[in-house]
Amino acid sequence: MSAVISPRLRSRSDQDWPGHRLVVREQLQLDCGIDFGPFTIAYQTYGTLNPDRSNAILVCHALSGDQYVADPHPITGKPGWWETLAGPGGVLDTERYFLICANVLGGCMGTTGPQDIDPATGEPWALSFPVITIRDMVRAQKLLLDHLGIDSLFCVIGGSMGAMQVLQWAASYPDSVFAAVPIAGAARHSAQNIAFHEVGRQAIMADPDWCGGRYISLSRNPVRGLAVARMAAHITYLSEAALHRKFGRNLQDRHTVTYGFDADFQVESYLRHQGSTFVDRFDANSYLYITRAMDYFDLAAENGGSLSSVFKETRSRFCIISFTSDWLFPTSESREVVHALNAAAANVSFVEVATDNGHDAFLLHEPELFKTLRGFLNGCAEHRGLTRSW
Amino acid sequence: MAASAETATLGLAASAQATVAAAAGELRQDLRLIADMIEPGSRVLDIGCGDGALLAYLAQYKSVDGRGIELSQSGVNACVGHGLSVIQGDADRDLDAYPSGAFDVVVLSQTLQATRQPRNVVAALVRIGRRAIVSFPNFGFWRIRLRLLVTGRMPVSHCLANPWYETPNIHLCTIRDFVALCDELDVRVERSVTLDRHGQPFSLDPHGGLANLLAEQGIFVLCGSRNEGDTRS
Repeated sequence: MSAVISPRLRSRSDQDWPGHRLVVREQLQLDCGIDFGPFTIAYQTYGTLNPDRSNAILVCHALSGDQYVADPHPITGKPGWWETLAGPGGVLDTERYFLICANVLGGCMGTTGPQDIDPATGEPWALSFPVITIRDMVRAQKLLLDHLGIDSLFCVIGGSMGAMQVLQWAASYPDSVFAAVPIAGAARHSAQNIAFHEVGRQAIMADPDWCGGRYISLSRNPVRGLAVARMAAHITYLSEAALHRKFGRNLQDRHTVTYGFDADFQVESYLRHQGSTFVDRFDANSYLYITRAMDYFDLAAENGGSLSSVFKETRSRFCIISFTSDWLFPTSESREVVHALNAAAANVSFVEVATDNGHDAFLLHEPELFKTLRGFLNGCAEHRGLTRSW
Repeated sequence: MAASAETATLGLAASAQATVAAAAGELRQDLRLIADMIEPGSRVLDIGCGDGALLAYLAQYKSVDGRGIELSQSGVNACVGHGLSVIQGDADRDLDAYPSGAFDVVVLSQTLQATRQPRNVVAALVRIGRRAIVSFPNFGFWRIRLRLLVTGRMPVSHCLANPWYETPNIHLCTIRDFVALCDELDVRVERSVTLDRHGQPFSLDPHGGLANLLAEQGIFVLCGSRNEGDTRS
């Protein structure tokens, strides 16, 4: 795939992350009313687009994810976040499908976000970056696919915030989505989830190094606030059972408690590690903007409060997946989507996978998840007339 | 075996094809009879679809656009894992969401007696589907009556395999009960087939006492009276 390299100076993209870049010259009309552009979309692809361009799968990443689905992360060196699923012979088989994953609008791994330079001022956007929505992210992805010459996606798939994008794709561009797989998602962000996000944002804003969002210009970085935000969020991605199984009340490198505030417990040490490693690869303002986009997500509200009317006339095949121990995006939220799709007489499958891994289960090795996805995708490929070789 | 040889050439969705091939050979007798009642190309909802045997068979041999609802997670996972469109749910909770007339045929096989609100479920079936096909074990079958009479204990048979304290079958009925419920709901019995204890079909008027005595199972094709010009009061 051809890609245009952004000539612009970018505070983080100075480091020139691996992968493709597309500079979108046209203006993107955002939900907040602003016409935004030009801007850059950073994306990765895996596999080969077949001659009739019918084997493309768009992978939508979650809040803290990025486009490095199946290759090592350029900062952490860790394996791609969905390498359990994506790769040669995998569920998302790169020998069969052409995978695309783009860093979301507002992100910090190459796609334009608040850490980039506002051409009007020559300074980083910071809080003057427009507030973006899930629909804006999807609009940007649509522009990328137009650029790639892909009119119809075989599948759009993603977990958590990725699932929100999947549902938005199915709602906004029904004719471009043959199959939609929202995993551990919801058609709207719940009050409880907005509340957790607000805790994270307040932690960032309370860090003196945040400086009203202008930390890049002032050569500072609110790493403590961002780390606390990540720690709080990380708890919501797990389950009580998983925390108990992994850590219990085990002590960290010691035999007794210290009667102090060191990380006596393994679970504390684990969370601190999660926080401190996150700040190496994520931008604090990006975190504010992306959590806000999730908070604003309410698919039914776009259609007068009726979720089923969102999917009216849809011909996409849906596979909704939830996890028993996911209390952040509980099964009841997925079931609401299922009921709305049933009301629209849509083609829908729904599986609740039994696991104690909580919300994070979509990123982990879950054999039932893999089996479900493989069967669903095989069935869809058959209906789509996708042969294994071309 | 002919089916598996044929599907092998498609080279796609191998696991789904294997299931379909198995389904063709091993489809339960009552499911085979139900399948024979369904027109090719229909839109079908199978409620309580189990491992998807009927749906797989219908997809393979009748080009049916099939959907399923199944309570057990293992059943749902098996179905979706084999490429069938099935949701985890149950007849009591999940039928309300469907619009009226969404399907040509709604199938409820060996499930009615396990629902909490069978009356509502039957009403929902004929609302959602232009036709409903319902099969259930007949509690009026003479062997069941005799076992209750002689032993004085809740009957256990191959149709009703669990003892009373762990049976999912909480609303057992006789064929006569079922026909009375249909009359009460103004649901028309378009056709009925009764099965003997070997699963072989025989035709007796479901309104008569003999069917209620001799049939171990009944299969009924229903439609809402408003769907048909001929209400045959």
